[in-house]
Amino acid sequence: MSRRVTLDLGFAGNTRDVTVVIPDDEPTPWQWGERLSVVGKPAPRVDGPLKATGAARYTYDIELPGMLYGAILRSPWPHARIRNIDLSAAEHLDGVRAVLALEDREIRFAGQEVAAVAAVSSDLAADALKLIKVDYETMPFVVDMDAAMADSAPRVFGSGSNVGRTSTSSVGNVARGLEVAANTIEAAYTTAVQTHVCLETHGAVASFNAAGDQLTVWCSTQGIFSVRDDLAVYFSLPPNNVRVVCEFLGGGFGSKFGATPEMIVAARLARAAGVPVKVMLPRGDEHRSTGNRPNSEQKVRLGVDRDGKLTAIEVVARGSGGINGGAGSADPFKSVYRCANIRTEERNIYTNAGPASPMRAPGWPQGCFALELAMDEMARKAGIDRLEFRRRNSDNPVRAAEYEIGARAFGWAEKNSAPKSDGAVKRGVGVASAEWHAVGVSGPEAQAIAHRDGSVEVRVGTQDIGTGTRTILAIVAAEELGLPVDRVKSEIGDTRFLFSVPSGGSLSAPSNTPAVRQAAAHLKDKLFRIAAPILSAEPGDLEASDGFIRVRTNPSRSLAFADVCKRIPGDSISAQGERVPNYEGFRTDQAGCQFAEVEVDTETGIVRVTHVVAVHDAGRIIDPLMARSQVNGGILMGIGFALFEDRRMDPQLGIMVNPTMDDYKLPGSLDVPRIDVTFFEVANGITNTGVMGLGEVAHVASAAAVACAVYDAIGAPVRSLPMTPDRVLAALGHA
Amino acid sequence: MNRDDRKPRKPPGISRRSFIKGAGAVAAAAGLVRVPPAAADEKRLPAGVVEKLGPEATTIELSINGKPVALEIEPRVTLLSAIREHLGLTGTKLVCDRGACGACTVHLDGKPVTSCMMLAVDARGHQITTIEGLGTPSNMHPVQAAFVETDALQCGFCTPGMVMSVAAALERNPAATTDEIKHATAGNICRCGTYPHVFAAALRAVKPAPAGSARSLRATKDA
Repeated sequence: MSRRVTLDLGFAGNTRDVTVVIPDDEPTPWQWGERLSVVGKPAPRVDGPLKATGAARYTYDIELPGMLYGAILRSPWPHARIRNIDLSAAEHLDGVRAVLALEDREIRFAGQEVAAVAAVSSDLAADALKLIKVDYETMPFVVDMDAAMADSAPRVFGSGSNVGRTSTSSVGNVARGLEVAANTIEAAYTTAVQTHVCLETHGAVASFNAAGDQLTVWCSTQGIFSVRDDLAVYFSLPPNNVRVVCEFLGGGFGSKFGATPEMIVAARLARAAGVPVKVMLPRGDEHRSTGNRPNSEQKVRLGVDRDGKLTAIEVVARGSGGINGGAGSADPFKSVYRCANIRTEERNIYTNAGPASPMRAPGWPQGCFALELAMDEMARKAGIDRLEFRRRNSDNPVRAAEYEIGARAFGWAEKNSAPKSDGAVKRGVGVASAEWHAVGVSGPEAQAIAHRDGSVEVRVGTQDIGTGTRTILAIVAAEELGLPVDRVKSEIGDTRFLFSVPSGGSLSAPSNTPAVRQAAAHLKDKLFRIAAPILSAEPGDLEASDGFIRVRTNPSRSLAFADVCKRIPGDSISAQGERVPNYEGFRTDQAGCQFAEVEVDTETGIVRVTHVVAVHDAGRIIDPLMARSQVNGGILMGIGFALFEDRRMDPQLGIMVNPTMDDYKLPGSLDVPRIDVTFFEVANGITNTGVMGLGEVAHVASAAAVACAVYDAIGAPVRSLPMTPDRVLAALGHA
Repeated sequence: MNRDDRKPRKPPGISRRSFIKGAGAVAAAAGLVRVPPAAADEKRLPAGVVEKLGPEATTIELSINGKPVALEIEPRVTLLSAIREHLGLTGTKLVCDRGACGACTVHLDGKPVTSCMMLAVDARGHQITTIEGLGTPSNMHPVQAAFVETDALQCGFCTPGMVMSVAAALERNPAATTDEIKHATAGNICRCGTYPHVFAAALRAVKPAPAGSARSLRATKDA
């Protein structure tokens, strides 16, 4: 039932053989150096034409017959009790078909849902919201993290403390490590709350059948199955009676897992009105209430010995996830650099602000910024080259190789030693290390179908957050079946397909591709059984390549793939594949590093990033063109985090003061530096495709590298993100 | 949608967006008085005569993607809403709702405009082109084809607006440099951060790559 396969794992100059036991029906993992026909070649994404012409249908574009437009009334107060809601005027407005008061009687942040309406147009729904009268009893509130920690602070949750449980980790003895250090530094770093700003706001179109026992929801989500399960629980329906569809998704970045309030509101309004209802959030609500990356304050202590080896790493961190937990930034301190004495402490502080949700590598960009800038402060104090300091303190051979590739591509040696200009504009360079663990999980299943017309479909209940999932799955199936990519159609985004996991945490590619490959292999076996008698061969003697099914030992004996399909007895044949648990691999972590160059105007405090070199490993790269898109995006989101983005709360009013896309500053085209991306391919084993995810690791180090470059440019660390001109000037002593 | 944002104890600031929506709301209550655009002027009204529209829905004519269309809409309806909700052309997106992100970009007589910032009645007499009018999946405009080839899109939600901005820029100057494209797309926000490939797409659309060229592989370096 199973067989042993020896895999040659690692990378050039650092390989080792690993023997793994794999199920009989599992394709042999692609070996290091194995020649593949479509995997690893740059290919445009299969749904590109739909996206480039506006034909792709997002949730926001769904229109159903008789559909109503829903809208949500939100609390203007950060903390209040609702004494009464008067819906009557709204109910009597012409064109309004359903009005709901939501159950939560205690409001804990400005922007929390209070009531909802469904009307025949979105303008009318907005008019109706203005007619709802809510009697609020306002209560004391706190939106500032430091203020929330005071004993006398208003409590976000009744009698519970605003200060969450302390989570600690400890290896060795940090006190001792600091004592023996030749040099130590101690500094505090802060980062601001970042919002996801998905261009397609959160929302859903919900429709119940007449009997009220079948719910269909089209929604903008990273996890159709988690939405299905949440809605099934909420509406007390069997999960199979809930269908969730998401063909296209206008961004998620971690904020779109599970059934979110607006999905439930849409479904409740649809049930009340007896017709489909669409709820798409306005931009302000998206900023305020759908999630964010918590802020952080991180007190860091480092010690090094005379050889430039770390003797102690300590971080004491806190952050506020608003009314949610989720703040924490200690992970990078535990694993990026090697040290015998590491202590971390992190706490979430509750405030009357919008709830945090996961955001692209949760905790890591914050932690990486503090760790890497502290590393640079340490290196400067100890008089060691910053890249050399990192080399000495990393024991990861993948990262070591990547430092060399990146340093060469960036020109580190020359740029790092170039004298600073005497002018107002100072140039600086920085380097930072990344890490993530995108090996994927078992769970997904895939179906592969061959039709009599020679076309192939693969179906998986995953969704495409923008990383090109449809294309990646088509490429993998095409490779296995020996077909060009355009012969394979990927069908995703529907819970009627087989189960898959949410698209987040860099899970999609490593979790889905092995299931698709196995399904395609099983389909191939069935086609081989059809072709074998015609080719007077055994099924096991056949191979599929270049659109043909051939006898391996005599390739001239062949049948076109399409001709084999013509002999399918019915209209189609299908096969299923499952994602088996991870095998032992080379490493389960990813390294990666990014180098940044900046120009800082010391008169205005304006920072401009001019060049970024990124070196990343993500196992086998399926499509380098799309992979580079992801890395570009990770870097640019990091530049936003480093220089611009800051959710500002008014401490007097308890509201977000910049819930728009002009006041909340995002990186735009003029902020884009030259970006050079190198993929360092590592044969990691682990699955039959050897694919790892890329979305998180490409973002982890970006802000840190920029911060290190700014420090190099001006000779003073800017220890708070975003590095706005006022902070840069303050660091220069011009404040 | 709840656009007034209910900021407590804070005098409402006047933004461009709230101003235009406010104008719409006033129009809904009291009608809208406008000097009609020149083209409509000649056909329907003598010079100098102003026209009163609304507050109720009224019939207007627009030229969308080369075709005349008649719409029954309230004067407060934006051009974006007319295109999406009344004509069912959903390629044009609403994202920021205040002219800050460019996702709703359409061409007005060949020039890029943010359709969320314009009332539909003000588009009378002008030629409107939407993303659907530029090309279709089976017959893409060269800019759309270049976006696909260079992977100048990820989630794809900003893409229609981004394509419209690039197409207008190249119409103005077919030899546009990367720097000019950066300025032409400065009003288009992409949260996936796909800008480098957008610049590559623009360069590729200007100068078609020879067959078999690996030009798209150098996309980030071109940028």
